[in-house]
Amino acid sequence: MFPELGQFSLILALMLAIPLAVVPLAGSLTGRDSLQAFARPLAAGQFVFVAIAFGLLTHAFMVDDFSVAYVANNSNSLLPWYFKFSAVWGSHEGSLLLWVLILAGWTLAVAIFSRRLPSVMIAQVLSVMGMVSVGFLLFLLLTSNPFERILPNVPTDGADLNPLLQDFGLIIHPPMLYMGYVGFSVVFAFAIAALINGRLDAAWARWSRPWTTVAWAFLSLGIALGSWWAYYELGWGGWWFWDPVENASLLPWLAGTALVHSLAVTEKRGVFKSWTVLLAILTFSLSLLGAFLVRSGVLTSVHAFASDPTRGQFLLALLAITIISSLTLYAFRAPVVHSRIRYGSASREVFLLLNNVLLMAAMLLVLVGTLYPLILDYLGMGRLSIGEPFYNLTFSPVAIALALLMGAGIFSRWKKTDGGWLSRKLLWPLAISLIMAVLVPLWLGEFKPWAFAGCFGAAWIAVATFQDLWQKSSSRKGRWHGLRRQTRSYYGMVLGHLGIALTMSGATVVSNYGIERDVRMTPGDVAEIHDLQFEFVKIGERQGANFVAQTAQVDISRGGRPVTTLYPEKRQYQVQRNMMTEAGIDGGLFRDLFVALGERVSDDAWAMRLQYKPLIRWVWLGAIFMAAGGFLAIADRRYRIKDKLPTTEPARVPEPDAQGALANRRADPLPGGAS
Amino acid sequence: MHPIRKKRLTIVLFLLVGLGIAVGLATYALRQNISLFYDPSQIAAGDAPQDVRIRAGGMVEENSVKRDPESLRVRFRVTDFESSVVMEYTGILPDLFAEGQGVVATGRMGPDGVFVADEVLAKHDENYMPPEVKDSLEKAAARAEKNTAQSIPEY
Repeated sequence: MFPELGQFSLILALMLAIPLAVVPLAGSLTGRDSLQAFARPLAAGQFVFVAIAFGLLTHAFMVDDFSVAYVANNSNSLLPWYFKFSAVWGSHEGSLLLWVLILAGWTLAVAIFSRRLPSVMIAQVLSVMGMVSVGFLLFLLLTSNPFERILPNVPTDGADLNPLLQDFGLIIHPPMLYMGYVGFSVVFAFAIAALINGRLDAAWARWSRPWTTVAWAFLSLGIALGSWWAYYELGWGGWWFWDPVENASLLPWLAGTALVHSLAVTEKRGVFKSWTVLLAILTFSLSLLGAFLVRSGVLTSVHAFASDPTRGQFLLALLAITIISSLTLYAFRAPVVHSRIRYGSASREVFLLLNNVLLMAAMLLVLVGTLYPLILDYLGMGRLSIGEPFYNLTFSPVAIALALLMGAGIFSRWKKTDGGWLSRKLLWPLAISLIMAVLVPLWLGEFKPWAFAGCFGAAWIAVATFQDLWQKSSSRKGRWHGLRRQTRSYYGMVLGHLGIALTMSGATVVSNYGIERDVRMTPGDVAEIHDLQFEFVKIGERQGANFVAQTAQVDISRGGRPVTTLYPEKRQYQVQRNMMTEAGIDGGLFRDLFVALGERVSDDAWAMRLQYKPLIRWVWLGAIFMAAGGFLAIADRRYRIKDKLPTTEPARVPEPDAQGALANRRADPLPGGAS
Repeated sequence: MHPIRKKRLTIVLFLLVGLGIAVGLATYALRQNISLFYDPSQIAAGDAPQDVRIRAGGMVEENSVKRDPESLRVRFRVTDFESSVVMEYTGILPDLFAEGQGVVATGRMGPDGVFVADEVLAKHDENYMPPEVKDSLEKAAARAEKNTAQSIPEY
């Protein structure tokens, strides 16, 4: 009975989402407060029923109710309880339910944390989110019902969760990622609402900013978790494959990063309004494109779910409706550019404009690389693949250019920056980065141009950021006072940019100086990589909860002194009979040692992959910094000062004078995120 | 020029330059770095270019996997049940590589007609077949059917 209740509460959620999409919007257009007041209760009700449905599906997994087809296909009585829990979103239907739950959660969060917004605005924002929700609830109920039963022939046991997904990374990777994807629906809704009532002003940007930053922070974490999971669970030590599905998550991240920055300009200076709105629409559309790519079966990858053409068509229709309707609205309502606000050629506005141009270029490159093969294939013009070399050649130069821009941009000021002053500021970063970019590659091995460029870019960002922090925090009352005087959003930016520097240095060093060797080894053999000796000691069998493993023991030493012992495994899962490689990894801040057991090549010989991966942890550490920066930025005091925001009157763009004052205030930083 | 128009012009120019760089880089990189897929019949017919990175795939023939006893070099035949091609690979094969399963490899054709792979991908679950391989098997099967249909009157 419980699964039917789950189904029923999903239908009830839809019955609440439909009025949510219509009633408050109608109220806002006709000026009837009584109708607008429906927005919050409907948002809350929708969340409650989606949560009940999600709880009931979780319950079905926990009690091994194999009469539910989705449970039977993705669980097994032998599965440990925590994997039963994460199996709820282990495949298409359940992960879509998670998506809908998170969407309902964001809607509820907007309803709760926007008490200070004008009621017209909040009614429209919640209505737009209701529309998105109607689309996804319909998709869930019509094409992907997670509660479908197998009756009367209930299987005695389930087909098990794909062993690749039986892992801690999967428990947290999808929820984080979806928090990001779906979170961009909030800024999308704000943009649409602003277009509907024609109030595209600094207040609108201020309201949208924290939501965008949070979604962006979650997406950064989600992508990093996915990369980390691929590194240790797919078994072979790569951390980014330019797989179309990875790209699908990178696209909204790049657009979202641009959005975080252009929102800053719109809020602070009241310019780039039309562009910011367009970017908000684009970011959410790219999230939907990601959903389409993953769930329609057009791609084949670890992430892609089983293909079903109706799902693809439904999502494509959803994507088309979103893009066409929002762009039509944009075409009619986007403000005619008549801003009288001026800025000089080296101003912060221009740096952020260039940031947006480069991020869009990077996004387009990834988009072309992802869609080109799909389109050619669809047109029947042959099958081809675009791999790593394409992205190395195109994405890396754009990333380096962005790094150069970031270092200089951090010193720039609103309205006008003196060119000579700026170049004097950049002398130190230039000198230190040049030294680092020459020394680090030489110290790690040979000099390589890409390593030079990457190290230079990363050092440039880091040195400039620290220099800016040092100069801004100088105070007659002492350093500590100066540091405390800086706003949280400024520290958010510092963390975000340092995160980029960390990720960039990690990616540069590991891809240029990582060592990888495939060797054939019999017990007793010693192989040497870097300055380390890997000894294959022995191999034995081990029984796990739901698998049997061949476990090898590999002792690693440096010149006779033991460093660590690793136990890479080859696992055979009992239900699906799949072979899985479980790598042995010794992680460290400066290097990872990685041993993966390949196949048995003769009676006593095994193939082994030995790897030395310098600075690989920095790639993910950087993402943690970026996310932390995002969360810190939204904790900024100015988002909580009530009297700053008029609650009923529309906020106006500050007068040019006020902006001048704003720009001249020295510590008026650019909060939020990184590029 | 009016300062605002000038500003707008700079913005538009920036956007165009950015877009131009992106498109230029992309087309250049695309020309260099795409790898087209060839099935064993096309390779046997000599359609596949030498010394260009291409992809090839099909089913691994039964009893065709031969290992070098000293190193990790392995040779196997890949077929679309019409023609077959010998592939050589040095390294660790994926977990799901097995005889009778579908694989897709990336590499180059050598002058001796051996496909030297630098990457071998196998299907990653029971139901999945690489779409290229599925396509090529269907085509080969269709050709075979046509041949039988044509040959019926002779018997």
